[in-house]
Amino acid sequence: MSTLTTHTGDSPATTGAGAERGGFVPAYAARPAPGPIPFARLLKVELRKMFDTRSGLWLMASIGILAALASAAVVLWAPDDQVTYETFAAAVGFPMAVLLPVIAVLAVTSEWSQRNGLTTFTLVPHRGRVVAAKAVGALLVAVGGMLVAAAVGVLGNLVGSALNGTDAIWDVSVSDFAAIVLANVLGVFLGFMLGAVLRSSPAALVGYLVISFVLVPLTMALAAAQEWFADIQPWVDWNFTQGRLFEGLPTDGEYWAQLGVTTTVWLLLPLAGGLWRLVRAEVK
Amino acid sequence: MIEIHELTKRYGDHLAVDHVTFSARPGRVTGFLGPNGAGKSTSLRILAGLTPATSGTASVLGRRYADLPNPGLEIGVLLDASAQHAGRTGREVLRVAAETMGLPRARVAEMLDLVSLTEQEAGRRVRDYSLGMRQRLGLATALLGDPAVLVLDEPANGLDPAGIRWMRDLLRDHARRGGTVLLSSHLLHEIEVIADDIVVIGHGRVVAQGTKEELLHDDRTLVRAPEVGALAAALTAAGWTVERVDPADPTAGLRTDASLATTGQVALAAGLPLLELRAADGAGLEEMFLQLTADTQRETAA
Repeated sequence: MSTLTTHTGDSPATTGAGAERGGFVPAYAARPAPGPIPFARLLKVELRKMFDTRSGLWLMASIGILAALASAAVVLWAPDDQVTYETFAAAVGFPMAVLLPVIAVLAVTSEWSQRNGLTTFTLVPHRGRVVAAKAVGALLVAVGGMLVAAAVGVLGNLVGSALNGTDAIWDVSVSDFAAIVLANVLGVFLGFMLGAVLRSSPAALVGYLVISFVLVPLTMALAAAQEWFADIQPWVDWNFTQGRLFEGLPTDGEYWAQLGVTTTVWLLLPLAGGLWRLVRAEVK
Repeated sequence: MIEIHELTKRYGDHLAVDHVTFSARPGRVTGFLGPNGAGKSTSLRILAGLTPATSGTASVLGRRYADLPNPGLEIGVLLDASAQHAGRTGREVLRVAAETMGLPRARVAEMLDLVSLTEQEAGRRVRDYSLGMRQRLGLATALLGDPAVLVLDEPANGLDPAGIRWMRDLLRDHARRGGTVLLSSHLLHEIEVIADDIVVIGHGRVVAQGTKEELLHDDRTLVRAPEVGALAAALTAAGWTVERVDPADPTAGLRTDASLATTGQVALAAGLPLLELRAADGAGLEEMFLQLTADTQRETAA
């Protein structure tokens, strides 16, 4: 269609013209290749990105604020005989269990929903490393958040008992706390899985709300009405097996098998599929 | 140095990029020209490793993009200035990028200064930025690691005339210092004023490439006259070939293979006044580009 010829080879004009015209200063000639980006730096960057937007900052701050409010509520309104650490832990733990997965969701989906990935993945072309840094970051935030919440609970319990004039009651064992930490870590992975699979903030957040708040009463009702479902529920319902961790660390081997099966089917397999697509998907 | 070889990207049965081969050399500004939807952005996204190619290769400084250990220090990429987290401040966007590359914090202030974003503007969130400010921020991100290679997709979008002038000088200077610059545009004029080498792409295919001088060179004569029909007849009678620059617009004039002097003589002999008489330089490229653009518009209208 064109009258112009197509030049593919080196013509004299293309090889030396810049040097003749502009006074060639080879500032960029043959620089040594830079060293690789260490994982610790990626982790630092991803942690920073969780806090450096207004929404991110408030999400993080809300963990501390809600923990403080929940503790204050227990101090003010709980009957005297219930002012124990367990009450505080439950009150503080609920907002944590709800919010930590949201942090994990947004850490992944913001790269796509906010189109930030265009910059992130051009600076670090190995998406697997970025996502791994996000996973470790979300985990650190989750554990850190739980420690903050636990500390707020301790403070609340001390203040509450002092106001009641009773001795503080510490009725949460180390193994109870470990079980709660594990439950929340699994919750973070649920958020992470949804983020990786759906790669959209609204879709993943709705998915999270459906799984955590719509599905739970439905399966409970189903288990109450249908005995066959009640029998297999521990083997098929991830919410059910994960939820048991909030009641203390189970010691029977069968429980751990159930947790392993449901977590593999509902979390690990979709996460693997989501990651497989995520590293190959087009970033637009 | 950027080398793109037989690059192809297929979406279903649509070939967005069709065996594209070209290179961008150090010390030169390479213009990647094509109408909207010609496959420019897709090619650049493949180059930056954001879109997997169906076949073919793209390399930066002799390596695949994914093999660059710290890409920001070797290639600055600006594909879409609006692709930033809207809730981050401009300064924070640069800090995150600087930290990823392992650069000192002072570099951020230098870049803000270079692209003329004030302290106050840098503290605002990107959602409150104009397109021009986002473009400057994107350019600052691309330049942060002082890379030898720059790849910019439609960098003039949203800039005011002074901003466009500033960017042009900046890119020229980068090439003068031995850097490689590849920029895309859908505006022929924009590419004409800045590029040393031009690659024209249409319907995913490279339709022309070469130095600007080669592509703009045209031996023919362009002539405009009030009585275009009579002039065309006189030239044809004298044995020269003649074609209308734009069949729909007689004032656009004629192109002929007669020389400037001969054209003038033919007009004089026929007693026909002229409005303009000059070498047809660049007309061929413009014609081809208009044709490409018209094709694309017909397709999108259909």
